[in-house]
Amino acid sequence: MTDNAYQDDRGNKDRSITKPGGGTAQPVAKGGKSTAVTGSAFLVGQGMTGGYGKGPDILHDCTIAVDPGEIAVIVGPNGAGKSTAMKAMFGMLDVRQGSVVLDGEDITRLSPQDRVVKGMGFVPQTQNIFTSMTVEENLEMGAFIRRDDLRDTMAQIYDLFPILKDKRNQAAGELSGGQRQQVAVGRALMTKPKVLMLDEPTAGVSPIVMDELFDRIIEVARTGIPILMVEQNARQALEIADKAYVLVQGRNAHTGTGKELLADDDVRRSFLGG
Amino acid sequence: MEFLNGLVFLTNFVIIPATAYGAQLALGALGITLVYAILRFSNFAHGDTMAFGTAVAIKITAGLVALGVTLGPLPTALLALPIAIIVTGLLLLGTDWLIYKFYREQKAKPVILVIVSLGVMFVMNGLTRVFIGVRDIQFTDGARFVITVRQFRDATGLDEGLAIRTTQAITLVTAVIVMAALFWFLNRTRTGKSMRAFSDNEDLALLSGIDPDRVVRVTWLIVAALATTAGVLYGLDKSFKAFTYFQLLLPMFAAAIVGGIGNPVGAIVGGFLIAFAEVTITYPLKKVLTYWLPESMAPEGLVQLMSGDYKFAVSFMILIIVLLFRPTGLFKGQSI
Amino acid sequence: MTDTLRTGLFTGLVVLLIVGTGVLDNWNLALIIVNYGLISAIMALGVNLQWGLAGLFNVGVMGFVALGGLASVLISMPPVPEAWSAGGVQVLGALAFGLAVIVALVASYKRTSGRLRAGLMIVLMIAGFFIFRSIFDAGVAAIESVNPASTGFLGGLNFGGDSGRDWPWIVVIGWPVGGLLAAGAAWVIGKTALGLRSDYLAIATLGIAEIIIAVLKNENWMSRGVMNVIGLPRPVPYETDLQADPGFVEAAANLGVDPVTASTISVKLAYSGLFGVFLIVLLILAQRALHSPWGRMMRAIRDNEVAAEAMGKDVTRRHLQVFVIGSAICGLAGAMMTTLDGQLTPAGYQPLRFTFLVWVMVIVGGSGNNFGAALGGMLIWWLWVAVGEYGPDLMVWATSALSDDSALRQSLVDSAPQMRFLVMGTVLLLILRFSPRGILPEK
Repeated sequence: MTDNAYQDDRGNKDRSITKPGGGTAQPVAKGGKSTAVTGSAFLVGQGMTGGYGKGPDILHDCTIAVDPGEIAVIVGPNGAGKSTAMKAMFGMLDVRQGSVVLDGEDITRLSPQDRVVKGMGFVPQTQNIFTSMTVEENLEMGAFIRRDDLRDTMAQIYDLFPILKDKRNQAAGELSGGQRQQVAVGRALMTKPKVLMLDEPTAGVSPIVMDELFDRIIEVARTGIPILMVEQNARQALEIADKAYVLVQGRNAHTGTGKELLADDDVRRSFLGG
Repeated sequence: MEFLNGLVFLTNFVIIPATAYGAQLALGALGITLVYAILRFSNFAHGDTMAFGTAVAIKITAGLVALGVTLGPLPTALLALPIAIIVTGLLLLGTDWLIYKFYREQKAKPVILVIVSLGVMFVMNGLTRVFIGVRDIQFTDGARFVITVRQFRDATGLDEGLAIRTTQAITLVTAVIVMAALFWFLNRTRTGKSMRAFSDNEDLALLSGIDPDRVVRVTWLIVAALATTAGVLYGLDKSFKAFTYFQLLLPMFAAAIVGGIGNPVGAIVGGFLIAFAEVTITYPLKKVLTYWLPESMAPEGLVQLMSGDYKFAVSFMILIIVLLFRPTGLFKGQSI
Repeated sequence: MTDTLRTGLFTGLVVLLIVGTGVLDNWNLALIIVNYGLISAIMALGVNLQWGLAGLFNVGVMGFVALGGLASVLISMPPVPEAWSAGGVQVLGALAFGLAVIVALVASYKRTSGRLRAGLMIVLMIAGFFIFRSIFDAGVAAIESVNPASTGFLGGLNFGGDSGRDWPWIVVIGWPVGGLLAAGAAWVIGKTALGLRSDYLAIATLGIAEIIIAVLKNENWMSRGVMNVIGLPRPVPYETDLQADPGFVEAAANLGVDPVTASTISVKLAYSGLFGVFLIVLLILAQRALHSPWGRMMRAIRDNEVAAEAMGKDVTRRHLQVFVIGSAICGLAGAMMTTLDGQLTPAGYQPLRFTFLVWVMVIVGGSGNNFGAALGGMLIWWLWVAVGEYGPDLMVWATSALSDDSALRQSLVDSAPQMRFLVMGTVLLLILRFSPRGILPEK
């Protein structure tokens, strides 16, 4: 039983009257305002402390930053709060202390939707495509907040992910794991974001597909979009990272360039298996 | 000739009525399926929404007729329909604002919303009864037939006649238009696609900047249009009685689930399937078989497989059989 | 507020409303409310077991209640020997044949496969259906032609005299039989609907309830259909017998009540006593079940099905079990209600009254709390009757500002009886909104 009587369904799973899988996000409420600030990185979560709903803090004074042209990765052991740190920057949980700044604007109080408008593109780890819709419709929905002509952006995305062009009229749910991730990234790129955030884009795909996905991500970064990425495959991620954060129990443990951290004995011993 | 006579007889007494009834069920099931897809629960108040919308249309029709406004050969109710849709839409938006919205904000589980819809069902049922009473009401006017039995016989020279009532023809034409418009809307417009996206993946729809409140509002408006249209067509074809509309809930649910609940194509196919099965199994087929079978095999009884009161049993058996073999319905359910 | 205090206050409120009805209006009405209220409380207990304890959404309460009513007829009515000799054996034979065909169908589905299976099943189905109909229809016609105005059906199993008055006890036997009949139907429907890959209980129960009512309306040989079965024997004395009893008349005179009033009140009190005993026994059983290891397991399944399954609990089986028990309780209540009505009127079963009103009782009283559900049953039943009884008067009073011949006033007063539904819906919505766990929340 939950505290909220409205959320107590008594274990009812009757498919003839209820549809499973409703929204689970508990994002920052709508209506917050952003304020101008100066003198920080392009996107930075500064000293973030917070957790989900009324639950305990998961992040403790955690700082993540990324600048244009860079790929920043967040790595760390399971349950270190990697995804939580990224979701905090996207407004999917309450940041109780600290701030999130994007392009000279403090956006800590903005809802995720408003952050999308401000130029954040976010690719969740799971359920990141509309499975029953075609690839092209997925891209269109990604650009829902845009009212201008989408064709150029769509063409760019098809250039970036040629396979999607071939499959554009196919339901996204019928694609392979790697292709689905490309749809997911493409969907997020449709808003022409100023920064792209990826939550474990290679989770559950084969090593070959993983390499290909990394290649694509590097290509996206070359177009000038800063990329912030959470990765489970620490070694490969550090190899392509310009900047890397190792989190342990919601705190910054190590920070540096990807190469520095790869060379760091401490990091290697604890996360990379020697 | 025998074969043609049998066919005409079958068309007149089974195929045409079943098609009209199927179209009405399909429109009703579409409304149920849309609420299920977007708001994630089965709306028990749907039958009473239909009854309310029809009651409004009847009152407006009466007003129009009193003013001397008619549609000539067509029923005046068609003129009243758009206004009735607007009134019903306002009622549904009001209900959502006053009742359902709170539960959405609470992230209430769908089954709680089902119980809420039971409350709404009681209120709407009472509202309709207070508004128009419990009597049986006929509100069709204009020409009764498109083709009469006599015209058909004279034209074809067959023994059996075939009549198409105006209401049946209107039902079919309106249903086709409404369905085409709905599919165009869902598949071709930005708002329609955003509804499908919301139904598919609520969280991702939020991340894409789709406004859930707007999706819900548009859904209720479409549901109001579908329910009122279905209700008025059913009422024109048969007659209006608040309680009958409540009883349509079962075949409509059955149609939606058989087709794959949450899937509009499924709702339509399910509606026609249920209607054809109900009418065929409960209609005495003696005459058809007498025409079609050699004389020695002509049936003695009425060949009415089941008495008319068992039509619910028919919907139900089809439902169970389909679910046994295809647990998600004929078309994959749960998305639009 | 402690749970006990809350329960006490709620009980007090229900008692107050009923006593108030007795004092301010009349005791006859108050007792009628009590009797039907007790039955409603039993129905609510049944639904609460399913919804409160297991989260099963049964919207076919009406069907189980009606089956109970049928059982009450089949047990407590005197048999019609002419009908039995005319076609009784034939109809029972046809039903046995039908059952055999179904068994054969299931067997051929399980034992064979491929084209053979499809062919065999189709042949069995078509041949079976027509053979069944030919035997059955003839038997039915024979039964229904036996004195159709007053019988035309097989009657029941009450061999206590022509009107069955010599065996009043058999009526009480009929109640648990109603429960058994409902349990049987619930087992079949639950086995099918809960056994599907996902749970389709709601639509299944909605459908089966309508089918049961259709059977009752159509199968005249069994239930006299829409011609109704009237004059059901009673388990309690008849008013006329009491009035003819010198002892009773004297006792009434000593109390200063006229014998007619005394007899009607006594009969109703006797019913209240009987129903009260059933309700109390069921409440005790339900409470013990709730706090037994079985009840704890049911709640564990409800609160975390995956974990319970991982611990080796057969969730579907448990759900089926609780569904059958809950439906049996509804069937029991249905049989009691038909006895109290003194007649079976299949056309009187309406889902709003017999399914959804029971749901209102459970939700308002408190899902998962047996006392809550039972008291909710009494409270909502009182409200249902009160709105029907006093609504029109209240409406006349409320619209007294309007002139007598005002059309608005006329239509408002006319529609007052329909206010019941508005009130029930509003009460349900208010409780759901402001006290979602009901008046007596589950602990």
